[in-house]
Amino acid sequence: MKKNLLKNSGVQSLLSSLICIVLGLLIGYVVLLFINPAGAGEAIATVIKNFMTYSKPETQMKYLGSTLVKTAPLLMCSLSILFAYKVGLFNIGAAGQYCAGVGLALYSALAWQLPWWACLLLAMAAGALLGAVSGLLKAYCNVNEVISGIMLNWITLYLVNMLLTLVKEETSPYTLHISTVNESALIPSLGLGKLFTNNQYVTIAIPLAIIMAFAVWIVLDKTRFGYELKATGNNKNAAKYCGMAEKRNIIVTLIIGGALAGMGAALLYLTGFEQWQCSTSSVPGMGFSGISAAFLGGLHPVGAVLSSFFIQHITVGGAYVDKTMYCAQISDLISSIIIYLCGFVLFMKYAMNAGIAKREEKAAAKLAAKTEEKGGEQ
Amino acid sequence: MEQQYAIEMLHITKKFPGIIANDDITLQLRKGEIHALLGENGAGKSTLMSVLFGLYQPEEGEIRKDGQPVSIKNPNDANALGIGMVHQHFKLVECFSVLDNIIMGVEPTKMGFLQKKEAREKVLALSEKYGLHVDPDAIIEDITVGMQQRTEILKMLYRDNEILIFDEPTAVLTPQEIDELMQIMKNLAAEGKSILFISHKLAEIMAVADRCSVLRKGKYIGTVETANTTMEELSAMMVGRNVNFHVEKKPSVPGEAVLQVEHMSVASKRSKEDAVKDVSFSVRRGEIVCIAGIDGNGQTELVYGLTGLEPLREGKVTLCGTDITRAPIRYRNTHGMSHIPEDRHKHGLVLDYTLEDNMVLQRYFEPEFTGKAGFLRRDNIRAYAERLIEQYDVRSGQGPITHARSMSGGNQQKAIVAREIDKDPELLVAVQPTRGLDVGAIEYIHKQLVAQRDAGKAVLLVSLELDEVMDVPDRILVMYEGEIVGELDPKTATQEELGLYMAGAKRDEVKA
Amino acid sequence: MLLLLQYTLTFSSVLILVALGGCISERSGVINLGLEGIMVMGAMGGALTMRYLPEGSSAIVIILAVLLISMLVGVLYSSMLAVAAINFKADQTIVGTALNMLGTAGATVIVKAINTAANPDDVSSAVQYAIPKQAFFVKLGSFEFSWFMLVTLIALLVVYVMLYKTRFGLRLMACGEHPQAADSVGINVYKMRWAGVLISGALGGLGGIVFITTGVSEWRFENGVAGFGFLALAVMIFGQWKPLRIALSALLFGLFRALSNVYVGFDFLVALNLPSQIYNMMPYIISLLVLAFTSKKSRAPKAEGIPYDKGQR
Repeated sequence: MKKNLLKNSGVQSLLSSLICIVLGLLIGYVVLLFINPAGAGEAIATVIKNFMTYSKPETQMKYLGSTLVKTAPLLMCSLSILFAYKVGLFNIGAAGQYCAGVGLALYSALAWQLPWWACLLLAMAAGALLGAVSGLLKAYCNVNEVISGIMLNWITLYLVNMLLTLVKEETSPYTLHISTVNESALIPSLGLGKLFTNNQYVTIAIPLAIIMAFAVWIVLDKTRFGYELKATGNNKNAAKYCGMAEKRNIIVTLIIGGALAGMGAALLYLTGFEQWQCSTSSVPGMGFSGISAAFLGGLHPVGAVLSSFFIQHITVGGAYVDKTMYCAQISDLISSIIIYLCGFVLFMKYAMNAGIAKREEKAAAKLAAKTEEKGGEQ
Repeated sequence: MEQQYAIEMLHITKKFPGIIANDDITLQLRKGEIHALLGENGAGKSTLMSVLFGLYQPEEGEIRKDGQPVSIKNPNDANALGIGMVHQHFKLVECFSVLDNIIMGVEPTKMGFLQKKEAREKVLALSEKYGLHVDPDAIIEDITVGMQQRTEILKMLYRDNEILIFDEPTAVLTPQEIDELMQIMKNLAAEGKSILFISHKLAEIMAVADRCSVLRKGKYIGTVETANTTMEELSAMMVGRNVNFHVEKKPSVPGEAVLQVEHMSVASKRSKEDAVKDVSFSVRRGEIVCIAGIDGNGQTELVYGLTGLEPLREGKVTLCGTDITRAPIRYRNTHGMSHIPEDRHKHGLVLDYTLEDNMVLQRYFEPEFTGKAGFLRRDNIRAYAERLIEQYDVRSGQGPITHARSMSGGNQQKAIVAREIDKDPELLVAVQPTRGLDVGAIEYIHKQLVAQRDAGKAVLLVSLELDEVMDVPDRILVMYEGEIVGELDPKTATQEELGLYMAGAKRDEVKA
Repeated sequence: MLLLLQYTLTFSSVLILVALGGCISERSGVINLGLEGIMVMGAMGGALTMRYLPEGSSAIVIILAVLLISMLVGVLYSSMLAVAAINFKADQTIVGTALNMLGTAGATVIVKAINTAANPDDVSSAVQYAIPKQAFFVKLGSFEFSWFMLVTLIALLVVYVMLYKTRFGLRLMACGEHPQAADSVGINVYKMRWAGVLISGALGGLGGIVFITTGVSEWRFENGVAGFGFLALAVMIFGQWKPLRIALSALLFGLFRALSNVYVGFDFLVALNLPSQIYNMMPYIISLLVLAFTSKKSRAPKAEGIPYDKGQR
């Protein structure tokens, strides 16, 4: 039955997300119209098409690969945020944890010449450490994790700038190329790059990120650990009442969140796709985009895989718009409008349920008016 | 001659999705009378009052003031018609002063600036006239519940309200304070105010009201003169059958002590003084011990100390011979203690979890429910929940997969009782287990407590309801300001005696 | 030394304005995490005003116009928070975060569009206002007095009187502490919360323009406002949601922020030979420490962050 389908909360989430996307794109289009009506339609199409603007299938594959390379870290950040959110925490510190991951991944690759998996683990440790700080402050000092997260974001940014200045190129503000200094620190491709028209940056980082999404799903849904964490998030008093270590759960959650974000950084920077600019003056946006992806994905790990790809897709697409009329940030604009609209998801679901209830009530009233008096509820 | 009515609610019908909260209800309040509105939890009293205050618009029916139809769209309209209400949960801003709370909404101002001086004079004059003593500059969170209630009454009088509604006003008071309140209500009625007194306590209604209207399950049952009726008749009208308010039980046969508390002190969150001061007592097998007292005299903290939710400042707790003073909560829960918490939403349930997940809240970690690798054994959880639901008659929309949030209060409580009793504890700590439930559920829970006692368990009941305190336990310990001030035998004690202890007017040296 | 004082006062002004904004919003019951975005938007409004005012406008016109437009833009932008958080009961954390992201992205897009339209080769997100900016500053010897300092002082006094001496303030605080109580005496909780959020928008917008004019003669909007909106929230918590305490704690935070600008003027600080990044980190580290020690017994408005639902009582 159609009604039952709409009642399913997964279907509702999907529908709400689609509404957010459509409205977000629409508003983006209107903004483009305001800036310059001449190319608005083409520009928004470019944003949506991204790699498909290229005509040759090989080139399309190559740039699809590039989008995927940047989807992996975004997915990790959104997993970090949704994992914490399930436990009732808003891990806006993911941006800083990601930043810390960049710092340690690159430093251990360039200065210590470690192999890629060691760099990856260290990056996770760095993110986890930051998460632990937020968690400790939250559990023992009652400091709101959003504010401590933001403060740590900035502190981390400056620390990472300091750290990576030690391994930067002499003539530029950028860090050294991993490929020239320590090839073993590059994440292996295992032939994946070949599938994407020899895109050397396509590595096992992408499947790794997807595996992590499933791991997060299983942990949250199927294990005793997830049961405890979600109980703590939903009602920390009840968690304490039945003997769960609710403070430890808060700290552990943020440590895991931090590790996920730190891993995301390693999955991008250890492909050699990007270098770090040591005079960076604002916290990298990956962590914040992760918020969009997490909420757009309906706070479900599998949803996050799709939404991360979508957000990265339009972000890269933004780079292709006609620079004589528009700027690349139009994609940021669209994705921040989408996250704003995600704030209304609860209301949308409520409206859907109310709509269903109304229809059902009408149907019930038609069927029989006399059964009302029974009602087993006390 | 037509009777003079201050306010009339005629044939009011208010529907919500799924239920009819008010079904053709008529309520007529005469000028200068005290009119009781009687009904169980969920009978539709609060919905009717919300209609009167314009919070809900009824589908059918009309409201008349002095015989004239009026339209009430919001609380301001009600206020303009001179209708005021003392809510069961006071509507007071805790960090504001008494005066600020009284004038809020009708502040005297000059160019938007508050003019508190004249307001203060008016408040003092009113408190003089009606014997409602308050300190206008005291902050609400520092004053007693009684004074908070007087503040609420002054709020109505300050607005020159003629129709005063008291919603369950005695729930938080000592018997002596209740008498005082009754007197105040009579004074107000004598001054020409019309009073609507919402309650489910028959004795109080008989004592103070002139007439009484009864609601049951959203329907209007009837209105009677209290002079021409009996408590039995009223209770039959309220519940729809004759209720045995008395709990049937055999004499208790106490065995050895299961719980032993020695010199327990627990720090207070709100003041420097301890909330629980040097308390000692024990609970034996086969008896129900009740901690009685006015709300806020340290009962909550006592339970927190016993169950491990708060650390003790001093003292020792022994459970079945083992010192558990510093034991973690999980240890207590798995070594013979069960706890039906005071606040089922705060502690007892994870509202966004399903019923089955809530059923295993105390046992999910046992091998039966968690496999070797840490994965939950869903099939076993489902089977276990289904057994409890069956055995304890927990009703819900979708059985084990119903979200706890969508269940009725009575069934939520039943689920908690089932979970805690099924653990087969040595000691059952039940804190206000019947709060907010209807008669059927109350009877059920009382029976379960007695059954536990008869099975040789120790039961510690904490209650604020006088009837429950007098009926259910085998021994009563009265708490006042953090201390146990008296031990009573419910078979011989009177309500008056109990009241004196609860109000701190009488105390014995009590030994454990 | 004088320079340190000047910078301290300037940065404190920003923090006071924005923290007061946060305070009023939270006092009405809405957590405003979007202050950062509101600042960016207000700053953009002010900066564009300076750019487009005819050359040679008198100082008073510039000052008034810039202040008004900044506040107006802040108010308009904050209404996005108000409608979502109050009418649609959205999660205030998500919406606030969205507004922060949208603030930077939106301002960048708008400024770039304007720049590109004026000159197709100009793709920067910067607005120049070197000359009109002078209207705000008056040299008093070597101390550069800024009219913003006066504006801040006035705002502080107005907020104080409004909260504690007026009917509006009493009602506003009631809505943040116990909205059901406010509703029961006929106060419209939705309206009061709207008022709280919009006022915080005005103050946030004002804080934004003060922030960007402290520095150089142009501002690149890609950079946002460097976490100042959140620093202001830390100031507000440290100030226990009370205007005068907020002012004092803002002075403390302002001092540490100012140090990073002027530490080269102090021989003993230079002698320590610390990298400049350390000084940049200072305000954030201090605020973390302060929060760690003060959050335990915080007296936040009781109903903040909880959407008010008339039906639920």
